[in-house]
Amino acid sequence: MSTVIVDYGAGNLHSARKAFERMAAEAGRAGSVRVSARPEDVARADRLVLPGDGAFPACRDALLSVPGLLPAIVEAVTRRAVPFMGICIGMQLLASRGLEHRETAGLGWIPGEVVRIAPSDPRLKVPHMGWNDLVIDRPHPVLAGIATGAHAYFVHSFHFRLADPAHRLAHVDYGGEITAIVGRDNLVGVQFHPEKSQATGLRIIAGFLAWRP
Amino acid sequence: MLKTRLIPCLDVADGRVVKGVNFVNLRDAGDPVEAARAYDAAGADELCFLDIHATHENRGTMYDLVSRTAEACYIPLAVGGGVRSPEDVRALLLAGADKVSFNSAAVADPDVVARSADRFGSQCIIVAIDARTVAPGRWEIFTHGGRRATGIDAVAFARTVAARGAGEILLTSMDRDGTKAGYNIPLVRAVVDAVDIPVIASGGVGTLDHLVEGVTLGGAAAVLAASIFHFGTFTIGEAKQHMARAGIPMRL
Repeated sequence: MSTVIVDYGAGNLHSARKAFERMAAEAGRAGSVRVSARPEDVARADRLVLPGDGAFPACRDALLSVPGLLPAIVEAVTRRAVPFMGICIGMQLLASRGLEHRETAGLGWIPGEVVRIAPSDPRLKVPHMGWNDLVIDRPHPVLAGIATGAHAYFVHSFHFRLADPAHRLAHVDYGGEITAIVGRDNLVGVQFHPEKSQATGLRIIAGFLAWRP
Repeated sequence: MLKTRLIPCLDVADGRVVKGVNFVNLRDAGDPVEAARAYDAAGADELCFLDIHATHENRGTMYDLVSRTAEACYIPLAVGGGVRSPEDVRALLLAGADKVSFNSAAVADPDVVARSADRFGSQCIIVAIDARTVAPGRWEIFTHGGRRATGIDAVAFARTVAARGAGEILLTSMDRDGTKAGYNIPLVRAVVDAVDIPVIASGGVGTLDHLVEGVTLGGAAAVLAASIFHFGTFTIGEAKQHMARAGIPMRL
């Protein structure tokens, strides 16, 4: 039993690692979380977490720059159907394409595109930074115990505009609706940072670690 | 709806909290990690560490402190003081900081903001601006703890660093810092109106109404305070309740 947090050089994994380690330990699986960029570790993982901070093209390029890493992720997700969680840009990479800086292809596992946030109220600043309250659109095992109104910590300037609303599990309001959680088959993605969202975030991590799609 | 953030700031020197933190039965009031853990439990929305004696010799102490804090807290941690280069940003991010704040180095060379934002993303780059009133409606940036005038207009500089990719501005009024007379509202308003990125108001909080004014009059996206929390004058919970009663959206 191992959860691999994919370390492809796109952001600070310290907090994510600590949060996943803590919740794995609470579930009686201490020591089951690894941070790795090795394709062989991904090949053996039974759960994958793809984090990501920064810009969409930079994260995608970083993911492609590790030889064998992306094929190993694709094999794990599509052939072995291991539970997968994308965080922030790691969630956005699930999209068909991103439009940050330039048009960049995403993994294409959840149809849609990643576009700049354009709040209807011009006084609202971008990035969307801080605590926003989730509106749950549809129940999901990963969201066990999470109700509409729970707060999560967001920091992003682009958001995932889904082609199919059925893939939206939760959203927040920021001068318009912003996709907060996506899900499909063995995939989930969160736009916010669960590792920085106190009890709500830890509960979602626990829900992911317990999830059997 | 996005909530207004309340951010306690801890001044740190050589790995210890300066002046101590006087609340909630800390075993060691001088340990920043303990203080951070208590603020996390109390409902702080974010934490700020400011290394006030940053030197090359004591950077290791700060990295260790940031690392231990990141292990104990599940809210965002911003770290500033002595940050000069993208390499400093990287070291702090790797230690566990979520955001890193430039101050004097950005004044000396605003391009360091662009180089850092390009590499790590705007979301983790704060520019701290220390401003002093030089004429009605005019504020100048002072560096080195407010001792050195730069001749640079604070509002124009805020625009400059926002255009260079800063994700947030931490705006401290040097006129008000330590006075408990309230934020410098015209300064906050002027910077908020000048940039499209979030502005954190800082300097001068003495009462809970000051926190409210920073948001309702100043337009700040977040309010920062230090001594009213450290000395136990008010708790984080009291402050957030007070702001919520004034109609400000808060995470309670």
